[in-house]
Amino acid sequence: MFQAVAMAAGVLILAGLAAVAIFLIAKAMPALVASPEELQRDGTDFWPYVPPLIFGTVWAAFLALLFALPLAVGIALFISHYAPRKLAQGLGYAIDLLAAIPSVVYGLWGILVLAPAVRPLYEWLVNNVGWFPLFAGPVSGTGRTVLTVAVVLAVMILPIITALCREVFLQTPLLHEEAALALGATRWEVIRMAVLPFGRAGIISATMLGLGRALGETMAVAMVLSPSILISFALLQSQNPTTIAANIALRFPEATGLGINALIATGLVLFVITFVVNALARLVINRRKEFSGAN
Amino acid sequence: MTFTSEAAVISGRTLPRSFTWIVFGASFVAAAVIFLALALARVTPDFNVAGAVIVGAILYLVLAGVISRIVEGRRKSTDRVMAGVITATFLIALIPLISLVATTAADGINRLDISFFSSSMRNVVGAGGGGLHAIIGTLYVTAAASLISVPIGIMTAIYLVEYGKGRLARAITFLIDVMTGIPSIVAGLFAFALFALVFGPGIRFGIGGAVALSLLMIPVVVRSTEEMLKLVPNELREASLALGVPKWLTIVKVVVPTAIAGIITGVMISVARIIGETAPLLIIAGLSTSMNYDLFHERMTTLPVFVYTQYTIQGADAQAYIDRAWTGALVLIIIVLLLNLIARILARVLAPKGSR
Repeated sequence: MFQAVAMAAGVLILAGLAAVAIFLIAKAMPALVASPEELQRDGTDFWPYVPPLIFGTVWAAFLALLFALPLAVGIALFISHYAPRKLAQGLGYAIDLLAAIPSVVYGLWGILVLAPAVRPLYEWLVNNVGWFPLFAGPVSGTGRTVLTVAVVLAVMILPIITALCREVFLQTPLLHEEAALALGATRWEVIRMAVLPFGRAGIISATMLGLGRALGETMAVAMVLSPSILISFALLQSQNPTTIAANIALRFPEATGLGINALIATGLVLFVITFVVNALARLVINRRKEFSGAN
Repeated sequence: MTFTSEAAVISGRTLPRSFTWIVFGASFVAAAVIFLALALARVTPDFNVAGAVIVGAILYLVLAGVISRIVEGRRKSTDRVMAGVITATFLIALIPLISLVATTAADGINRLDISFFSSSMRNVVGAGGGGLHAIIGTLYVTAAASLISVPIGIMTAIYLVEYGKGRLARAITFLIDVMTGIPSIVAGLFAFALFALVFGPGIRFGIGGAVALSLLMIPVVVRSTEEMLKLVPNELREASLALGVPKWLTIVKVVVPTAIAGIITGVMISVARIIGETAPLLIIAGLSTSMNYDLFHERMTTLPVFVYTQYTIQGADAQAYIDRAWTGALVLIIIVLLLNLIARILARVLAPKGSR
């Protein structure tokens, strides 16, 4: 009896996840099968509207990862191998605090503190390296660009990547490290030759989990970005490609009729993307677990 | 060249310990002087602190690298530079944390008064008003989400640890891992899709938000409970079973009580995670400026949504709205930090002895 209840709870979770997929598909269907004229009436045109959103989502997440990954690996190494042993745990908590702060607070901080603070830097970049396509002008007057969003996202995904990397680095067999030290390796050489190769799979999966977070993050993007629906690599302009999640958050309250269905269909696209990214990350972790005991 | 530097490592020609600090101090003093000169010469409007710190750091890395390379050789020089770079990454990560907490505290304190906790936003335009309706909404929605998630989460964890073998258990474990990565807005859309099919597309109510949040909360509860149950020593289970106690009673009377501290900690951490969620509630719980004590009827605002709307829908006196947003953010951060802190303390105080 008890066993049956416990099993039912587990099955309920499977059913719940299946229900997510089924209900999203059911509600997305009308937009997927509707004719362009019908969609236009409710203010959307689904098929040309999705690729820019996917581009924006992937582009912002990619930029965030570009900032977050080196930092996270560095922080994880600092905590696991450089910081004084007594301080290390406290420092780990400090980084975990970043994960505890609600995303809406990041949004508020991004738009009221970060965006004004980086504006002079953006102006300088456009004036001096504007020939480089990424920094092409005209510069945004508000600082609410995709680059600012990427910085906020990077801060938000930093803790999860750091936590996983730290865990993997700490699991490096002590004998490997000591053997390297005994051969006269410096601390950096120990890291380069023993710690990093051992942790490579862990770093990859941590990166993908961070990517999954960044892809689905809503509020920070919705608040900071000044959005448009377009494909553009320019980092500093006032016209930025928006992300799927932010677009839903901004439009949903006012959407009607097929507009709602179209937004849910974009949500379904996001669900599929993050599901694949996360599943791949977990597969890498799980495969690794079998031979090393790492998690 | 390579030969001599390798020889230097072996012969132990090293710089004194104080070298790092001397070069560090010298680089930053030099950077400060440069930027002070720039400020006095009116090249920059005032003393550029950020610029001075960045230049100082780069100066340190270059100086330490070059001097160490000359005296100690290539390998030690690389070691020093990398140690500097790695420490710098940590310090860089602290900047947003400190800036965010400091700003929220400084700007949030303005409206952290009695009326913020005693009045709603009903009929408030401009200054005044408060977040009571949002605080009540947060309590209701979070409590409802916990009521749904905690039993399901704990039972699933018990199944996975005590009973689960084979394909079903592996599938559940895998999907729970994947579930932790569901974007919160997708959870909101799911709750909307579910209830809109039943009640029509205009549906907005608190319980929908609770369902969406459960989807995000369950995997966290399962994960942490699972870890805690695995820590319970097998001898306890075997001793109980050997006395003829049925398995379910062993679990209820022996296994769960042993792990209860860790389970409570996990639940609190998961509450801390969902209490700050905005996106799903924006979609299914809606916005409201009035008190609402009924989860099943009418729109219900929570604290994160309150912060968001105070910022996005600014009225006549914009500063009053921004002040309220910061205060809401401050209250939210305090709640989340308190939950985390209490959870950590509980975990340490109540941890089963000898298992860590």
